[in-house]
Amino acid sequence: MTSSGSIIRIQGLGHRYKKRYALENIDLEIPAGCRVGFIGPDGVGKSTLLGVIAGQKKIQEGHVHVLGGDMRSGAHRLNVCSEIAYIPQGLGQNLYATLSVHENVDFFGRLFGFSREERAERINRLLTATNLAPFSQRPAGQLSGGMKQKLGLCCALIHDPELLIMDEPTTGVDPLSRRQFWELVADMSSHHQGMSILIATAYMEEAEHLDWLVMMESGRVLASGTPEELKQKAGKATIEDAYIALLPEEKRYGHHAFTTPPRIPVSDGSAIEARNLTKRFGDFTAVDDVSFTIPRGEIFGFVGSNGCGKTTTMKMITGLLPPTRGEAYLFGNSIEAGSIELRKRIGYMSQMFSLYGELTVRQNLEMHAHLFDLPSQAIPVRVGEMAALFGLQEVMDDQTERLPLGIRQRLSLAVATIHEPEILILDEPTSGVDPVARDHFWELLIGLSRKRGVTIFVTTHYMNEANRCDRVALMSMGRVLACESPERLIAGRGCHTLEEAFIAYMMDDIARSGTAVVEDDEKQSVSLTVSLQKSHKQGHFFDIYRLAALVRRETLELFRDPVRLITSFIITPFLLIVFGYGISIDIDNVKYTTLDYDQTLWSRDYLEYFSGSRYFSDKEPIRSPSEIEHGFQKGTYTMVIEIPPGFERDIKRGRSPAVGILMDGTMPFRAETTKNYVEAVHLSYLRDLAELSPVPVAHSSAQVQPRYWYNPLVRSRYAVVPGLLAVVLMLVPAMLTAIGVVREKELGSITNFYSSPMTRLEFLWGKQIPYIAVNALSFLVLLAVILFLFKIPFKGSYPALVSGALLYIIVSTGIGLFISTFTQTQIAALVAAFVITLVPSFDFSGLITPVSALTGGAKVMSLIFPARYFLSISVGTFTKGIGFPELVWDFFFLIIIYATLKVMTVMLLKKQDT
Amino acid sequence: MRMFRHIYRLGLKELISFRYDYVLIVLVLYSFTVMIIVPALGTGLQMRDAAVAYVDEDQSPLSARIREAIRKPYFKEPREIAFHDIDRVMDRSEYTFVIHIPGGFQKDVLAGRSPVVRIDIDATAAGHAKLGTTYLTRIITNEIYTYLHGSEKQAALPIELNIRVSYNQNRENSWFMSLVFLNHMITLLSIILPAAALIKEKERGTVEHLLVMPLVPLEITLAKVWANSFIIATGAMLSLLFAVKGVIGAPLHGSIFLFFIGTMFFLFAASALGIFLATIAKNLPQAGLLSMPIIVPISMLNGGTTPLESMPVFLQVIMKFAPTTHYLELSAAVLFRDAGIAVVWPQLLAMAAIGTVLFIGAMARFRATFR
Repeated sequence: MTSSGSIIRIQGLGHRYKKRYALENIDLEIPAGCRVGFIGPDGVGKSTLLGVIAGQKKIQEGHVHVLGGDMRSGAHRLNVCSEIAYIPQGLGQNLYATLSVHENVDFFGRLFGFSREERAERINRLLTATNLAPFSQRPAGQLSGGMKQKLGLCCALIHDPELLIMDEPTTGVDPLSRRQFWELVADMSSHHQGMSILIATAYMEEAEHLDWLVMMESGRVLASGTPEELKQKAGKATIEDAYIALLPEEKRYGHHAFTTPPRIPVSDGSAIEARNLTKRFGDFTAVDDVSFTIPRGEIFGFVGSNGCGKTTTMKMITGLLPPTRGEAYLFGNSIEAGSIELRKRIGYMSQMFSLYGELTVRQNLEMHAHLFDLPSQAIPVRVGEMAALFGLQEVMDDQTERLPLGIRQRLSLAVATIHEPEILILDEPTSGVDPVARDHFWELLIGLSRKRGVTIFVTTHYMNEANRCDRVALMSMGRVLACESPERLIAGRGCHTLEEAFIAYMMDDIARSGTAVVEDDEKQSVSLTVSLQKSHKQGHFFDIYRLAALVRRETLELFRDPVRLITSFIITPFLLIVFGYGISIDIDNVKYTTLDYDQTLWSRDYLEYFSGSRYFSDKEPIRSPSEIEHGFQKGTYTMVIEIPPGFERDIKRGRSPAVGILMDGTMPFRAETTKNYVEAVHLSYLRDLAELSPVPVAHSSAQVQPRYWYNPLVRSRYAVVPGLLAVVLMLVPAMLTAIGVVREKELGSITNFYSSPMTRLEFLWGKQIPYIAVNALSFLVLLAVILFLFKIPFKGSYPALVSGALLYIIVSTGIGLFISTFTQTQIAALVAAFVITLVPSFDFSGLITPVSALTGGAKVMSLIFPARYFLSISVGTFTKGIGFPELVWDFFFLIIIYATLKVMTVMLLKKQDT
Repeated sequence: MRMFRHIYRLGLKELISFRYDYVLIVLVLYSFTVMIIVPALGTGLQMRDAAVAYVDEDQSPLSARIREAIRKPYFKEPREIAFHDIDRVMDRSEYTFVIHIPGGFQKDVLAGRSPVVRIDIDATAAGHAKLGTTYLTRIITNEIYTYLHGSEKQAALPIELNIRVSYNQNRENSWFMSLVFLNHMITLLSIILPAAALIKEKERGTVEHLLVMPLVPLEITLAKVWANSFIIATGAMLSLLFAVKGVIGAPLHGSIFLFFIGTMFFLFAASALGIFLATIAKNLPQAGLLSMPIIVPISMLNGGTTPLESMPVFLQVIMKFAPTTHYLELSAAVLFRDAGIAVVWPQLLAMAAIGTVLFIGAMARFRATFR
């Protein structure tokens, strides 16, 4: 099938998101065993293409053959997925932030079924080769960008893939780490000849050293071939220039080489001044004693890797973060004072995309114009001007989140400058934007600076952008290494480029401070890859070792988030106790008042029967019927007893006076119960009266003998408290797991599920088992609360209760997972968990209304919702004293519900991204 | 003035965002329709549709008469079972009551031997057990009496009892229950939506962008409060008119406008609670877990399921600090008992006070946590 020498063959591949084509009619053949670069700006379809090749994304149109098979076939994907390693875009996306370096690599080792010795050997080798060994106990979330990337590489390489796919691995990594990373890649391919490496990158200069390149533009392949071929074809000296030259005419429009015109210094003081700014988070120093002054109108660049303290410094300057030590001044005013007027002079563009995606471009601009208090009549004009200046006229009514990144960045800048600020603070405004758009963006910035005298403070990790600044501060590990104009920085180190200069400064700094960072200079001779035999053949559809690996990881993560763990142990008993005391079906203390027109001994005697009953509680008597309404409305009482005038006289004459009872019927249940209480009190009065007087009481011709089963005193607590188990063991487990899968979707680690051999069932069970264990433990706590706090006697079979509870917890955590698979956002999952579990578990379970009395939709919902079956087990074993034989159907239905739920969840969970 | 403009503009943005979260819209619609109508019609503490079985070993005209007298609305039509099935159906909770009429019953009654009718009651169905027994006893005694004496008229008692029920003469359960479930849904949404909206801004980092602009935290939060309250109030009022009044058929005697005012006060208090939670929680899963032990008790113990006066005193005191209690009191008073502002002002005042305290608390935490 495959032509010899090609590892990937693509024909007519197309991929759409809604209506927009991300890939269009791609034909491509990639030679085996070499390092292939996919270059082009953000949004041209590189990630989509790599995702399709890796088997992550579903193929919509066309054919893709990878490693000698059709990627449409699920069987082939399953076969080759252990030969493919995929590192998604974004630093550490597929890593688990709370797990340590060692635990992360170990998880992947277990997932691929290596034995303990083999894992130890491989992990040791990989961590040593990447110099991560000294940090093996550090949580992945606390690593620098470069280290995260190396860790990602370790995780990907542990199973010796034939094909390694990396999506923008070096974006946001400092130049030194980037250089080390490429050395690693070079090493890798020389040690392991057979391995093919696919890398997407937006840094064109990095692509120079690769074996083979694919240039992409607007979902199409612009050109492919070796770097030399491509440069020759375009007649340019660098890949970046070649790329621009190969662009279609209309895309190149307006692009020209440009330089920053020199600044004419104005001497009206400083715009921004930082004095000894320091920020510590715990014992970690994010920013260490940083000082600088930016005069008005200057373009000042902050250069450094992710996590070096750039953003923290900016936040301190804008007043978002209070410094641990030191001060920041804007126009000579302390930012601490932070007046509204001062903030109107600042424009800020934060690193995290700060526009509202659901709003259109016009709505975004108008909203910000209003928020900056521009006069209403001036707003349309100003919005028009900004649109023209930033080239947004054509997209004014498009929803922002659907626009390409480059345009969104321009809109962000427009938003940040709509109120004509004197200072612009921009945090990595161009990361991920293509070179043409980036140049365009910088022209706008330079225009603002030179023509309007705006002071610009910008952070970037692109060296060519840093070159355009008036002055540059090089930052590493919280400290400013040097602060000068780019030319002087380069000259000062005797280098050719700013990048080389930066690396030189970093080396100096490391040498000086003697930090723990082990350097690559002491070249490691350890090979990254090993070609041992795969240790054991894994099951295709279900593998117990993979499941164990997943359970282990989920458990570790759960333990690293003690808030979740502890609250789940506290919340369940808390809810049980509150409801155990609060929910009662016994009505007592009915509030009533009296309206006694008779005011005789007998009328008072009659009323005493009510005040003496524990079911009634009497309120201040009233004097006139006109008061009744007001008291009902206020809820002062819910019943009025009206004794007619001549009450005593009429009884004595045998004229049967009528006592009037008026009840508030708002709560029908209370009214009905009250009515019964009233009749009972009334009858007992009559009975006593009969003993005093010769009035005959009817002789009964038959006796009705009630026999209360299970709960002879009819204490509602005996039924309600065990019944509440069915409520709390539904609400909390479902809420805990509902977030599970959605959170992986939102945070990105779901890609591990797409790209590894784990099956859907393994993935779901891996998530579920730790939560089952946690909730089983909290069930024991609940049991203790019921037995010892509420003192409810247990009469039935413990094995039946315990196994029923376990089964029920399995079902309720399963409901949470089910919710998690059909929702897309965590908010929706949260609301769904409440809406789906709250009312059915309280009202359709038999806790309050017996299930045999439910009607209509409530009956149907009660039958499909598991709570009634477990309630029957729980109340049955506690109060009815029964066991397995009587409860067999409840167990049966719980199992049926679980099976149905699992099938639906598995069907809803997609093994590929759509 | 300027502040109002900011709050208005920021709130508009919230509304636009909501328009695009389809799953959330569906959930809100579902909450305001199905989750009110279905439980209100099908459940309730009141004696309705209790399941009765009987064992008739007499098979006489009298036993048939008793059987036929057991009917709606209190009881479902009784089913005949065999004597040896009693244990099983009680254990399986298939019926709450089993009436056992012994052989030779009619004969014994006529002979004045006062035979025994046994009622077996599943006392774990505590809500039905006592009331149902009283009703069944009355039905059986009545039937025997009329069988013997030919008329339902019994001898006049020395004191008559004249019971009248105001506001809901037929004690129609679904009216009140629909209001209780409407209250539950409003509570749930009005706490979660603003909390989630604020945490979303925190997680996406857009709140920083807002804080650098000439805006104060008060404007940012009030914008969320008004926008989400607008969505919920609209849903609640529509639900009141179409679900509670339309489908359920509850007569709304009182002033719908006053109920609306009360709802606005409640929304302020509940959103303030939500915002306060959002300043404590680090992320959405935590917010979900934190809100559970607050939302569930304050809505289930607001007096709609168990009347407040029947709860232990300490819970009654605690529940006075929950806005839900005051809101249910107000809703029932206004809608069913036609109470005016002169009656419900204490509830309005209480909700305003609770809301203000929580809101001030949230504002104090805001800057500290959103950095």
